Amino acid sequence: MHDTIRPLVEMTGVTRIFPGVTALDNVNFQLLAGEVHVLFGENGAGKSTLISILSGVYPQSTGSVKLMGEEVSFGSVADAKAKGVAAVFQEFSLVPTLSVAKNIFLGSEPMIGPFIDRRKMEVEARKLFADLGFDIDVRAPVATLSRAQQQMTEIAKAIHSNAQVLILDEPTASLTERETKTLFRIVSEAKARGVGIVYISHRIQEFSVIADRITVLRDGKLIGTVAIADTTPSSLVEMMTGRAVGEIYPTIACADAPQVVMSVRGLHAWGVAGVDIDVRAGEVLGVAGLVGSGKSRAFRAALGLMSIDAGSVILNGKDLTGAATRKFLQQGVFYLPPDRKTEGLILSATARQNINLSLLFRDDVSTSTGLSHARMNSLSTGIARKVDLTDAFMARPVANLSGGNQQKALFGKGFGRDYEIYIFDEPTVGVDMGTRAALYRLIKELAEAGKAVVVISSDLPEAMNLAHRLLVFAGGRISAEYIGADINENNVLKAFFDTKGEAA
Amino acid sequence: MTVNTETIAGPESKTSFAPWRILRSLFLRAGVLPFFLIAALLIFSLASAQFLTVQNLTNVARQSVYLVLVSLGQMVVLITGGFDLSVGTAIALTSVVSATAMVAASVLFPDAVWIVISLGILSGLGAALTIGMINGVGIAIFGVSPFIMTLGVQSVGAGVALFITGGVPISGLPFEFGDFFGFARIAGIPVPVLLALIAILVMWIVMNRMRTGTQIYAIGGNIKAAHLSGIHTKRTLFISYLTCSLLASMAGILLTARVESGETNLGGTITLESIAACVIAGVSLRGGIGRVENVVLGAFFIVLVQNGMNVMQIGSYMQMVLLGSLLILAVVIDQLRYRMLLGKR
Repeated sequence: MHDTIRPLVEMTGVTRIFPGVTALDNVNFQLLAGEVHVLFGENGAGKSTLISILSGVYPQSTGSVKLMGEEVSFGSVADAKAKGVAAVFQEFSLVPTLSVAKNIFLGSEPMIGPFIDRRKMEVEARKLFADLGFDIDVRAPVATLSRAQQQMTEIAKAIHSNAQVLILDEPTASLTERETKTLFRIVSEAKARGVGIVYISHRIQEFSVIADRITVLRDGKLIGTVAIADTTPSSLVEMMTGRAVGEIYPTIACADAPQVVMSVRGLHAWGVAGVDIDVRAGEVLGVAGLVGSGKSRAFRAALGLMSIDAGSVILNGKDLTGAATRKFLQQGVFYLPPDRKTEGLILSATARQNINLSLLFRDDVSTSTGLSHARMNSLSTGIARKVDLTDAFMARPVANLSGGNQQKALFGKGFGRDYEIYIFDEPTVGVDMGTRAALYRLIKELAEAGKAVVVISSDLPEAMNLAHRLLVFAGGRISAEYIGADINENNVLKAFFDTKGEAA
Repeated sequence: MTVNTETIAGPESKTSFAPWRILRSLFLRAGVLPFFLIAALLIFSLASAQFLTVQNLTNVARQSVYLVLVSLGQMVVLITGGFDLSVGTAIALTSVVSATAMVAASVLFPDAVWIVISLGILSGLGAALTIGMINGVGIAIFGVSPFIMTLGVQSVGAGVALFITGGVPISGLPFEFGDFFGFARIAGIPVPVLLALIAILVMWIVMNRMRTGTQIYAIGGNIKAAHLSGIHTKRTLFISYLTCSLLASMAGILLTARVESGETNLGGTITLESIAACVIAGVSLRGGIGRVENVVLGAFFIVLVQNGMNVMQIGSYMQMVLLGSLLILAVVIDQLRYRMLLGKR
């Protein structure tokens, strides 16, 4: 049935243009039956665009997509699914209010006449999970499940459609080691059945276990496709970044005797189970951990963005436990939120308006005679120079800027007031190489000017390379702290999964 | 506030711990409605001996038919994550159009009274169908916010209804129309109640046992996920608004039969009442959540409160104040419940 020579999927010269951005530029991609083909690249390299085209989310601008030798153009995700291409997206495509079984069969419910056959639906859903070796209550609403369970529901949903092509977008990002093993077993079984699997992951250490071939993308362009046997992790990273490892990270000088400016003690909050943190001036504190490890939540709770169950937050000797975020800003703490689109920026406003917002509480801007727009604009122009945004970009609505320029605007908000502490939560998510280097330079300047800098990042090399001191979170606690030379991948990865004494 | 209603509901809760926990879990699972219902029954039966009589409660059941129908429609659009402010207009327009059609048709077919009635009903339903279609096109296809779309349509429909009648009620409807749809009984059950029971049953089956229902829940729960699962989200939204208008129209026909004339002011306060009935019954304003049986009970509760206030001789102006407050209180308590549910995780 499966012609092993004829590829399952053949994409040739595929280009996708969004207003102002070429997200995918003349890329060729081939998937064979029974292979796991990894897509590798930075955020914004075009991986998501490629799988979106392949799974029918939107069509390519030019180029051809062939499925089993036949030219196809999918009208919708459902259309692609009907033709045998199923995708598990990074953003969950589950309905939180519906049950697991209903989610799996959504759009393809078993019917008796005009009625849904609920019994059959539940029986089949149970059987599906039994085959996957995963224990889950199929009647429970998805909203009540853990992230890993939701992930497994997604995968079950894709597998149930009997797809010939299975697309997995960072499936292990929120899974524990044991769950990851289960997933790999499921993937190998699908592979043995002749299913072709497109697998997106940032975890190089997984590739030798699971991958057959790897295609590397950078800035929307195809860099190359290599067999797993012919490559090494470091050459992959070099392909991905376009330069040798470590080159984009600046060397940041650490203050001689960094003074503690903010200290968190015994912090308990939702998903944070007792955390002590010292933030010191003139030092970069890296914070690493998996999604859901509590690394971001600990700081969000400390800064009044989540409610604190227990513990204290002391800022420059002042007790600010449970104070409003506004108070922290007034006291010189800048927080850069991880999701610029939902928390960071007003998308419909221009970059200048966004940056001006951070100037609103300055005494030289809000004067007794009202707001001084001239003063505000001259200040924001100065900030634009600092973060490397041209006047043309400053005048455009943020929604029309590239991810990199959006992030620059977000960083720009950090220079509106004289902050002493900078907490960057995922500072370079979805940002291209050039901008990353520029943002790292800003971080370097801040730290060397004696500011306290915290870099919370799911991008491990970033957290490791910038940090003078690195905290690793696992299961809501700090599982390890490394200083200077002890910060290396081996140590950190071990600490990632070290959840001993986990409460929740 | 929660504490108040719960104490009313179970005075023994102070003395022992277990009943308190049961109340808490009942509140989390079923929302505020059981507590409101019990509180209302207690207050009104204490205030008046006539309240808790079979006759009065039957009366309430009969009166609640209209609100039940409209609330079922409102529930559907609330579950999709929208709402419909034009249900009152759909009722008024149905009433005016069906009455006008019947008066005109009875000139053409003076001897065939049931043809006249059928034509009238079909024109009324057709008028509401148009309203539902305009709402559906605007919201599903052009992406207008449900608030603006249905607010606009509400004004348009009310204007058209007044224009048709010149503000004067249309009388001279066939006697059989009012007699059958307003007052007749089949097997001892009033016809409006019977029709409402059928509507409830159909809606329950659609929402719980049919694909359309699941799709409506899905788009309200997460429209992007629904789209990615291959659901035709625009069509489903369109159907939802159509269903809402048709259910309102059904109420409009029954009300017209009851008053035996076509009137523009029939749907006056029903928009607010139907939203209140749904919210009190635990339909989430965020979409995706809501159950048919609870909404029926919610509508019943609203009419029960109105009846109780009448029995207690509370003036209609004060009733407006109380009803609005009840709606806000229900939403506030719903927020508390949401927070408690999140806190439990």
